[in-house]
Amino acid sequence: MLEMDEIQKRILSEVAGLHEVPEGAYNIRANGVSAGRASTENIEIIPREDGQGLTVKIKPGTKRESVHIPVVMTKSGIKEAVYNDFYIGEGSDVTIVAGCGIDNCGDQDSQHDGIHRFFVGKGAKVRYVEKHYGSGNGKGKRILNPVTEVFMEEDSTAEMEMVQIKGVDDTERTTKAELAAGAKLVVRERLMTHGNQRAISIYKVNMNGEGANADVVSRSVARDSSYQKFDAVLVGNAECQGHTECDAIIMDQGRILAVPGLEANNVDAALVHEAAIGKIAGDQLIKLMTLGLTELEAEEQIINGFLK
Amino acid sequence: MLELRNVSFGVEDEGEKKEIIRDISLTVPDGALTVITGPNGGGKSTLARLIAGIERPHSGQIFLDGQDITDMSITDRARNGIGFAFQQPVRFKGIEVFDLIRLAVGRKISAADACEYLSAVGLCARDYIRREVNSSLSGGELKRIEIATVLAKSPRLSVFDEPEAGIDLWSFRNLIEVFEGMRRDIKNSSILIISHQERILNIADEIMVIKDGRLVNRGTKDEVLPLLMSTESAVRECTGINRRETAANA
Repeated sequence: MLEMDEIQKRILSEVAGLHEVPEGAYNIRANGVSAGRASTENIEIIPREDGQGLTVKIKPGTKRESVHIPVVMTKSGIKEAVYNDFYIGEGSDVTIVAGCGIDNCGDQDSQHDGIHRFFVGKGAKVRYVEKHYGSGNGKGKRILNPVTEVFMEEDSTAEMEMVQIKGVDDTERTTKAELAAGAKLVVRERLMTHGNQRAISIYKVNMNGEGANADVVSRSVARDSSYQKFDAVLVGNAECQGHTECDAIIMDQGRILAVPGLEANNVDAALVHEAAIGKIAGDQLIKLMTLGLTELEAEEQIINGFLK
Repeated sequence: MLELRNVSFGVEDEGEKKEIIRDISLTVPDGALTVITGPNGGGKSTLARLIAGIERPHSGQIFLDGQDITDMSITDRARNGIGFAFQQPVRFKGIEVFDLIRLAVGRKISAADACEYLSAVGLCARDYIRREVNSSLSGGELKRIEIATVLAKSPRLSVFDEPEAGIDLWSFRNLIEVFEGMRRDIKNSSILIISHQERILNIADEIMVIKDGRLVNRGTKDEVLPLLMSTESAVRECTGINRRETAANA
């Protein structure tokens, strides 16, 4: 059984879809300490000596197994930096579910900086899901600054789904990736900010080997007076294919800066960027209103679909 | 029954007021299929948008079953039984065909229920129900999905703005069958179609001709069609349609 209170359990279900102990390997971190941990025959979770993070070792050839490493924070005023390293063995095929939820009812800021490094072995396939969530009525801010570094060996695949829909006041996400020949990186970011929130996403992907492929796509909605910056740079150092896209809806007094960047250092690098920012199209609202929805209901449906 | 009384509407164009609808009065009876036709730029689509509440008349009144809906919002008109199919259907990122049909029905439905509406417009439901209503769909597919949303809403008054525009000939044949089917099952509801197409005019109980913002003629198809076919504007229209069909077949 997990040693967690009801608020912690609610946040756990928001960020990791978990209601009880997950199957497979897991480590659940609550208010700076481990609230439960399990390794499996193929996946070993080793705590770092300083207590601030984990080393996760996945044996070569491990198939269809999962690792859950959610973090929940419910005390005001906690500030932590956690270092997690993942070694994903050759030829394995696994899912890693991370995510951080902060409930801050106090007046002091709560901050979690997760530094994740992935070493993806030859031919390995990893799916990584990271959800951020914040709640609580305190004046203290909920701050998350994840740093993700991905080192991909030949013919490996990483699919990363980054989601932050509600309640995080301030976030600066940095993702760096190094791709060897034949490696494929897919990133899908979904983001919604409101109030006075600020969210910055920085991506730098180096495609170093022949046939490397990167696809970094962000869909976001900025409401109220929130601010977002999407800064994605794809670097082609070999014959490779890269695509980055920022598709954003802006509402109220929201502000968005999209800075897609491409750098080709090889004549066979094929790189594409797309960026579009705009308010919800009037005819989309009208169509849903002719089906009987109010303008607000129509807006909600359009945003939900867009961020799905 | 829908009734328009002395409805006028105009827009400002480079500082000049341009009248689009001029003092139109008409009724769309229950249990009937009414087609509004006339030359391009005559005000037909504007009239349809005035009925759906997307535009508001500058003067005059609109009644649905005796209730004055002139100042009613789009939403309230939809809830009071008006369905509207766009001439150019709207695309959405992330919203699936199933979502649109569910919203049109207005309550929770199963995928099988939703599929019935798609089958009714000649789409293989299984292939479409989970498709996003985005630019991956062709004009003809979108048009049929648009019609399916109106069928799913089962309104007292269905308004179709140029349902034939932008679709290929195969889709058009199917479309006629859809309208013939709707005509058979009309009961107490009514259908109003804005169209240039002779085959649609042919299934009308009543045809109204709008030109230069005015209602210039109305009557049964036997009364109106012969006059329409002999006028210069109709000849121009039909030539245009033939050209479009030829292009669609090419």
